[in-house]
Amino acid sequence: MESLATAEKRAARAQPANRHGGETIAYDLATGTVRELNRMLHGDLLGQGVRRVVIENPDGAHNIAVGLDAPLQIDINGHAGYFTAGQNMQAHVTVHGNAGRSLAENIMSGRVRVKGYASESVAASGHGGLVVVEGDAGSRCGISMKGVDIVVGGSVGHMSAFMAQAGRLVVCGDAGHGLGDSLYEAVIYVRGRIEGFGADAREEPMAEADYASVAELLARAGFNHNPRDFKRVASARTLYHWNPDANQEY
Amino acid sequence: MCGLVGLLAKTPAISEQLGALMRPMLEGMTQRGPDSAGFAIFNQSPDSKAWRINVLAPAADYDWALVSSTLAAKRLGGKVGLHADGRHAIIELSGDPAPVLVCLQEEFPALDVLSTGHAMDIYKDVGLPREVAERYRLDERTGTHAIGHTRMATESEITPRHAHPFVAGPDFCIVHNGSLSNPYSVRKRVERRGIHFDSNNDTESAARFIQWRLAKGDDLGIAINHGLRELDGFYTLLMGDGKSMALVRDPFACKPAVVAETDDYVAIASEFRSLKHLPHINEASIYEPKPERVYVWKV
Amino acid sequence: MNHPVPVFPEAESFPEDFSLESNYTFNHDTLRYIQLAARRGVYDIRGMGAKRKLPTFDDLTFLTASASRYPLEGYREKCTTRTVLGTRFASRPIELAMPITFAGMSFGALSANIKEALGRAATMLGTTTTTGDGGMTPEERESSRTLVYQVLPSRYGFNPNDLRKADAIEVVLGQGAKPGGGGMLLGQKITERVAKMRTLPVGVDQRSACRHPDWTGADDLALKIEELREITEWRVPIYVKIGATRVKNDVMLAVKAGADVVVLDGMQGGTAATQQVFIEHTGIPTIAAVRQAREALEEMDMVGVVQLIVSGGIRSGADVAKAIALGANAVSIGMGALVALGCNSSFYVQGTQRISAQADYRQLGTAPGSCHHCHTGRCPVGITTQDPVLQERVRPEDGARHLKSYFQTMNMELTTLARACGKSDVHHLEPEDLVGLTIEAAAMAGVPLAGTDWIPGVVAR
Repeated sequence: MESLATAEKRAARAQPANRHGGETIAYDLATGTVRELNRMLHGDLLGQGVRRVVIENPDGAHNIAVGLDAPLQIDINGHAGYFTAGQNMQAHVTVHGNAGRSLAENIMSGRVRVKGYASESVAASGHGGLVVVEGDAGSRCGISMKGVDIVVGGSVGHMSAFMAQAGRLVVCGDAGHGLGDSLYEAVIYVRGRIEGFGADAREEPMAEADYASVAELLARAGFNHNPRDFKRVASARTLYHWNPDANQEY
Repeated sequence: MCGLVGLLAKTPAISEQLGALMRPMLEGMTQRGPDSAGFAIFNQSPDSKAWRINVLAPAADYDWALVSSTLAAKRLGGKVGLHADGRHAIIELSGDPAPVLVCLQEEFPALDVLSTGHAMDIYKDVGLPREVAERYRLDERTGTHAIGHTRMATESEITPRHAHPFVAGPDFCIVHNGSLSNPYSVRKRVERRGIHFDSNNDTESAARFIQWRLAKGDDLGIAINHGLRELDGFYTLLMGDGKSMALVRDPFACKPAVVAETDDYVAIASEFRSLKHLPHINEASIYEPKPERVYVWKV
Repeated sequence: MNHPVPVFPEAESFPEDFSLESNYTFNHDTLRYIQLAARRGVYDIRGMGAKRKLPTFDDLTFLTASASRYPLEGYREKCTTRTVLGTRFASRPIELAMPITFAGMSFGALSANIKEALGRAATMLGTTTTTGDGGMTPEERESSRTLVYQVLPSRYGFNPNDLRKADAIEVVLGQGAKPGGGGMLLGQKITERVAKMRTLPVGVDQRSACRHPDWTGADDLALKIEELREITEWRVPIYVKIGATRVKNDVMLAVKAGADVVVLDGMQGGTAATQQVFIEHTGIPTIAAVRQAREALEEMDMVGVVQLIVSGGIRSGADVAKAIALGANAVSIGMGALVALGCNSSFYVQGTQRISAQADYRQLGTAPGSCHHCHTGRCPVGITTQDPVLQERVRPEDGARHLKSYFQTMNMELTTLARACGKSDVHHLEPEDLVGLTIEAAAMAGVPLAGTDWIPGVVAR
């Protein structure tokens, strides 16, 4: 890992950001650093009239656009590494490629979209906002979620929505085993096959409010599916209090 | 805690650049593994009966001539050629390697025998990936396929012997990212079947377990499936034998792996940033292997 | 001839004498445990740390000045306690006036008044306090001059705005009471406010994760630490907290992953609610852990680069001094602070009045001095509770005053011992200033058995 001093020196050698006419600026990670990029993104770009930042050559770098707190539009042109858009507030971030693990972890608000696939732990512990993965998401999608909405165009891996406390997860494809293990009050909607339920998760009948939820989220994600094709998975709430008769394998 | 990389060439052009393409892959995993590094290069030998023994000496000024002359004097190994490069040497034999290995153990105990096989060469040492790559000229190597590893030591010591890849039988080696939770009991079982261990590294438990299954007649896929049942903990395992490269992830699948396939190569790494420089990577099919499934790519 | 059969005519009258034999294996605690398990079918949950007899700092003693070493004059010759933490990467390290800090304890486990008392005391003392599982409360941020923000596996109440307000960040892998286990808070303490902060339904028994949701393993941790640094512009120190188990490996991994400070919590570390099986049967005693941590840092040549904070049964100035001598840069106090606030006291104070809490202890089925019922939320002295009535039994100003006095006492004891060892800086205390009073303590701490040159387990020195 680079020390701050080395990162500073490298930043000084890097090309300055290109201005494409005020509102949009570009940043090339091939010649710049993630540190300099993030420092710039944490600054007062809106005050300088910038609305959109385009990031070139991300090449799987980690921690791109973490800790944002402004309604900027961020386009990452390529594949991004771990923790992309971590702890996002207000910003709209799009990854035009794949994303590594823990995309948008602890997102508070704003939108994060991935065009390709996203690796494990999408939106881990997210509190708000919307995360959309157009391809597949890896295992533990929505783990520990606390209010974020997640829509996955493809399938999700095993243990998705593990200990999910609040928020909604919509899966247009299939779900791997252990879905919704130890679920609290978050709700999962699945269109495809569910390989297996986790402890305390069960399928429940869809109500009109559920169809409306799914319709709204699909529309915001831009996916064209029929809400009537979705199943509802929620907590049976049998683990809410210590229970000696519960299956001890879990 | 580590990084792993693998590259299998589907065309002669990639074969020629195997090492040159591997080097940035290995160095890309430095943050995951700063303690030691290693790689295995596989080549189809024109004479499949010829043996190669890879050895590592404690220092670059090792008396390699003495090794050659001793083997010659004792008439061991048939036609013997010794190619030394600093601390590393490859002893080529036309005959039986067993007596040669005994001789090395008895007369040259300071030498670490890294591998014995027909198609595989092993280079591993302590130091940053960049240092190891330079020291053993990774970018000059050519071959059909290669696997590599960068190590962040979790439990055992940092020595060349504890670095990956771990060799388990002729032309078979393994690299591992993760942490096994029952390595000692696996080790004891395998040791009781007469298989010798070189280190107390948890990866060696996995390597020797598969070696044991292969020796019992399992093919690689079946051996790995046995491993999935017996080995507990978190692991992504990448293996190479003379004709193939294989990968498996444990059921929890917390340790990462990314695969990129084109018409020219199959590349694997713990993180995408080790693949970004590969030719036509933007057109590659990129995916993450599913847990508990054995992936095998043949040369 | 018939021999008379021997008869013991008084056999009927003294069988109860034999029933008073004690049983080491099936002792009274064990009998109670099995009987409860048989009746309830669930494990025992309680507060506090390991209660059983373990080697502690009491089993070590200082070799203070004599003919061969000269002491410093107390009160006249300076012995400094200033401590700096987080010099490795952060642009703003933490400066403490004394090497004694407050351990991370959650709002939820503790009341808001107590969190405020801790903050106020820390500010008055020039030291730090730490948030816990559940997030940062406005009271503790406002009252604490220097606040450490925990990042836990559960991420309850975690907020990037709070992260940015923190003076240091502590990534928690585990704690001494339950290394490998997650947090726990029972329904009676999950009030509206707590529930809202933790995004949980009111009244549930909270289950907590034991692994972080977004990373697994030290290789991933290196990237997670980088993420936290990126979000806070590399300004503040990052601590990594571990429960003491495989200490050497863990400290090395924490350093490799990029920690500025390692926080090490030994077996005697406390908790507000954990399964008994964890508390008593996991982790190693603090005196063994400190030594292993120091050896790990020495082997990596990181002494002075990465700092070490030690906790788990630190009770007195003597404990502080011994922990520092064995290699800690600072200590963290949890349980002791709660005792200073009134934990296990038979009374609480309202204004100038002392009010007995005996009846409340009895209602819990315990007595002052034996209470470990933090998990119930019915703390008789108003500390580990969310109950609005019980909370008022400690006022933040009073609590802060008591904490300040306790810490100042310990700091004075620390400098007294350091001066007696001839040190002008408490950080100059070294392992060679100590010897062990028992073989176990000597072996664990890596110091000679008193009166001998023998360090058990070390063959040659």
